[in-house]
This record gives sequence, structure tokens and C-alpha cells, in this order.
Amino acid sequence: MSEALFSKKNMKLIKDPLNDDNPITVQVLGICSALAITVKVETAFVMAMSVLFVMIGANVIVSLLRKVIPSRIRIIVQLVIVASLVILVDQILKAFVYDVSKQLSVFVGLIITNCIIMGRLEAFALGNKPGVSFLDAVGNAFGYGLILIVVAVFRELFGSGTLTFPVIGKIEILTSLAENTGYQHNGLMILPPMALITVGIYIWIQRSRNKKLIENH
Amino acid sequence: MKALDDIMQKLKPKADGKFPLAYTVWDGMYTFLFVPGHTNHKGVHIRDGIDLKRTMVMVIFALIPALFFGIYNVGHQHFLAIGDVVTGDHVCTLFWDKFIFGAIKVLPIIIVSYGVGLGVEFIFAALNKHAIQEGFLVSGMLIPLVLPVDVPLWMVAVATIFAVVIGKEVFGGTGMNIVNVALTARAFLFFAYPTKMSGDEVWVNTSLEEGQKIVDGFSGATPLAKAVEGGQEALINMNASVMESFIGFIPGSIGETSTLAIGLGALLLLLTGIASWRIMLSTFVGGYVMAMLFNLWGANPFMELTPLHQLVIGGFAFGAVFMATDPVTGSQTNTGKYIYGFFIGFFAIMIRVFNPAYPEGVMLAILFMNIMAPLIDHYVVSANIKRRLKRVSVNA
Repeated sequence: MSEALFSKKNMKLIKDPLNDDNPITVQVLGICSALAITVKVETAFVMAMSVLFVMIGANVIVSLLRKVIPSRIRIIVQLVIVASLVILVDQILKAFVYDVSKQLSVFVGLIITNCIIMGRLEAFALGNKPGVSFLDAVGNAFGYGLILIVVAVFRELFGSGTLTFPVIGKIEILTSLAENTGYQHNGLMILPPMALITVGIYIWIQRSRNKKLIENH
Repeated sequence: MKALDDIMQKLKPKADGKFPLAYTVWDGMYTFLFVPGHTNHKGVHIRDGIDLKRTMVMVIFALIPALFFGIYNVGHQHFLAIGDVVTGDHVCTLFWDKFIFGAIKVLPIIIVSYGVGLGVEFIFAALNKHAIQEGFLVSGMLIPLVLPVDVPLWMVAVATIFAVVIGKEVFGGTGMNIVNVALTARAFLFFAYPTKMSGDEVWVNTSLEEGQKIVDGFSGATPLAKAVEGGQEALINMNASVMESFIGFIPGSIGETSTLAIGLGALLLLLTGIASWRIMLSTFVGGYVMAMLFNLWGANPFMELTPLHQLVIGGFAFGAVFMATDPVTGSQTNTGKYIYGFFIGFFAIMIRVFNPAYPEGVMLAILFMNIMAPLIDHYVVSANIKRRLKRVSVNA
């Protein structure tokens, strides 16, 4: 390998998905889960970690096997790899964070069909070495997790007035305001449509700030 | 008028001066008062004697009967609740007290709605460097009229911001919105703060002064809620017969109760040709048909309500006259208008009867059909093309 793993070019693999090439807000992939599990910061965080794990595993394994996998059955092979990793994650979550696992319910299993994972396997891991595939997985999973957590912070703060972090637990921020003044929590924030609108507002702000994303027709 | 024009011209700030916002505000005010002196020189324009601002003002005029009736009814319901007025005594006692009480409750909501909405419009106009768009003139009046009287003012403000930004500005401003702005605000409040937008508590203001008390057996429930429980009988018991509901002395959102006052507004809109009679007519027909089907089915007391009664309670008439006919979000083709209106009426009654959790079916029906309107237009246009193509092939 002539090029260093953490060269400038490779660092772009991590940085780009955070902003310029974000899987959710720019590629608009994987928004299904972003809508479903962003009611609480805790669930969003655990989901982001799960996707990070599955993505790194799948990207590296597929990249290692890229010359062995016959291209006609590659989707099946990728699915088997991703599915095994997801089952692993599901079991770990059930064992250690049972409550969160219950809240995430079916969406852990649905990581298998997360478009970002399949997208990166197809677009990157099949054609690149394990090292850079690893970086690509980290970058995209962080880009995904970033949006999840930002959306979850807004939804939980305005929807229930709290912020629930893993380990630290629930912090009550607006609850006293709601009890003592006429303030009320916004019930719409907890409903899925508001996740869509929050992501939409994020995209709006991001596009108006980031010159690269402004399309000139 | 000449004097006013002179004053306005003197006040005119420079468009590219230090304060672009000042020019935007001035321009908005000036074109509100006078028809602008400049004309477009590019592109194709259909000339009409009436421009957008004057169209909007016509709708405001049409809303005035409903507004005044709403203000009066707010007072009437309040004094009814505290027992100063007996049921059926509509105008004889405390006429001005009712009116003043209503005005004190309703005017702040209108001021907040206009203030916040126009504020957002001004900011977007300055940011995008275009003239102030007049779309909010009507929305700003519609929003208070579709809210219950007890809604907190800050909620009105939040809903207005949401409706103007998410409902309109993200799509490109006036004339570009997909769904009705005022209904977006109402839907937002309905889902965000259900305790302040539904139930039996919010429709009648029961704030008490010393020595006052609520009369025995008082219930602030709207006819819609009562009809779910006991159908026709319950409505008669709460003094909301067809005639009574038509005139409008019933609890409900501020502007929606009186079908009579709304009818006066509708008359003005139809005479001036601003609202589409096709949409209005087909909405009532759709509602009537659905209510009749339910009436024939009659599985529960609510279904047994006569079709006419269904049309005069709740916000059906208000929605049909002022919301469904919104020229931006409705269907554009004439055939499409019939289909669009029919399904609004149809779904409004259907949602109302099938899902008592959403008593105000007309709001959801209009929002739903707003989204369907472009689809309807698409098929109407392509059907027309198909029909005419057939003619071509026969001749050739």
C-alpha cells in the first residue's frame, strides 16, 4: 500500500458524509429509520451505534471478499453478511440495553434493509480495499448518526421537554416550564411527520449555508 | 386620496438604500393603498381590472359577517354559560355586553395572527429581496376564525409561524403553496396541542369574575361532540336544531358556527366571481350525498343525523366557502373542480362520522384534497387531450 491510511484523500471519506455528502440530507437514503426512532435521543444514539457497527463490519467483510464474490449473486451474499451482523447487534442490545431494544423494536432488524448500508457496499466496498472501506463506513455511519441525534434532540426537547441520554439518563429541561406556566409540549413533534419536517428544515439550513450544495439551473 | 398619495411618495425610501426592509414595507403599504403605477413589459400577461391585493381584500369583506357573528357568539356563549342569558334569548339581553366581551377575546387572536404572520412575510421578503406578497392578508383573518376562543395566544403565534414558513415560504411564497395556509396552522395546533384544540373545554370562554358561577348542567361541548354521543336527539336537547345551527348560536370555532353569516360571505364571493361556484356547490353536494348514505345506513346515532343537519354543524360550511375555494390549492380545471369539491364534502362527513377522534373532518378532508388537486388536474387534462386526439385520427 503506497498511500497512508489517514492521508488527506482518505480523510475526505470520513469528512464528506458529515456535510457535503451526507447520506440522509444529501443522498436522502435511510430516512425511514430516521423518522421512526428519533423520538428520544437515547434510541437515536443506540441506533446510530448499531448502524456504525453493522456498517463497519459489512464494509470490511465485503471488501475482503470483493474478489471472491461472484457478481451475479453479490446482493444475496451482502444480505447474508449484513443480516448476520444485525442479528449479532440485536442480541447484544437485548442483553445489555433491553429497554432501548424494546423501544427500537423492529427497527433494529430493519437495519438489514437500511439503504445506506446496501448503498455503501455496492458503491464502495465492492471496489475498494478494506482499509478505506473501513473509513468510508465510519464516515457514513457518523453522517447518519449526526442527523439522527440532531433530529432527536429537537424532537425530544420540544415534544416531551426532556433529553434522554444513554448512561446519563433523563434530563428534564422544559418540564418545569410546562408545569408552572402555560407552556405545553408540542405533541406533533412526537409524531413521525414532524421528523420529516425537521429533516427538511435541516436540509434547508444546510443547503443555504453550504455553497457546494446550491444547484444552479 | 391625492394628499395620501403625496404623503406616501414623500415617505418613499430608496430601494437600494441603507434599509432594504424599509422599502419592502413601504412598497407593501403603498400597493395596498394604490394600484401601482408601473406595468410589466415582458412576457404574456392576462389583464384584469382587479389585482391580487384587491382580490384578497374582497375575501376579507366576505369574512366580515362571519367575524362579527363570531365575536357576538363568543360573548353569547359566555353569558349563556354563566347564566346571565337564558337559552333562546339571542339578542334581547346584554347585546353590547356580548359584543364587547367577544371583541376583547377575539381581537387579540387576530392581532397576533396578523402581527406574527406579516412579520414572517416581511422577513422573507427582505431576505429574498422581493416585494411583500399579499397572500397573508386572507390567511391572517382565516386563522383566528378557525380556532377555538380559548386558544392561548403564544400557540397562535407558533402555529402562524409554522404555517407561513413550512406551509408557504418553503414552496416559494404566495401562490406556490400546496396546502391551504390557514388550515396548516389549524392542523398544526390540532396535532401539537390537542388539549387546547379539541374536547369540551375550549369552545366557550368560562372565565369568571367575582360572584359569577357556571350554570348547572352547562357543557361546552360542540354539536359535533354531542352528535357523536346522542345523534339528533342530543342536538335538539342542546338547542342546536337545524335552524338554530344554521343561524349559529352554538359553541364552536370563532367564525365557523353561523352558516347564515358564512352564506352572506359566500354570496359576495360568488357575485364578484372570486370563489369558484363549482367547488362550493360540489362540496355541499358531496357532503349531502355522504350524509344521506350514512343516514340510510344508520348504524349509530351520529349516522342517523339528517343530511341537512350534518352540513350546518361544525366547520363544514366555513371550509366549503372559504378554504376549499382557495384558488391556489384547489383544482384549476373546471371538471377537476367538481371532483375536488365533491370529495372534500364526501371525506369531511366520512371522517367526522367514522372517526370521532377527529371531529373536524372538513379540515383533514380539505388538506387531503389539496394534495390530490394536482393529480385530479393532471388526469382531467390528459383525458381532454385523449378525447381530442381521437377526433384528429377520425378526420385523418
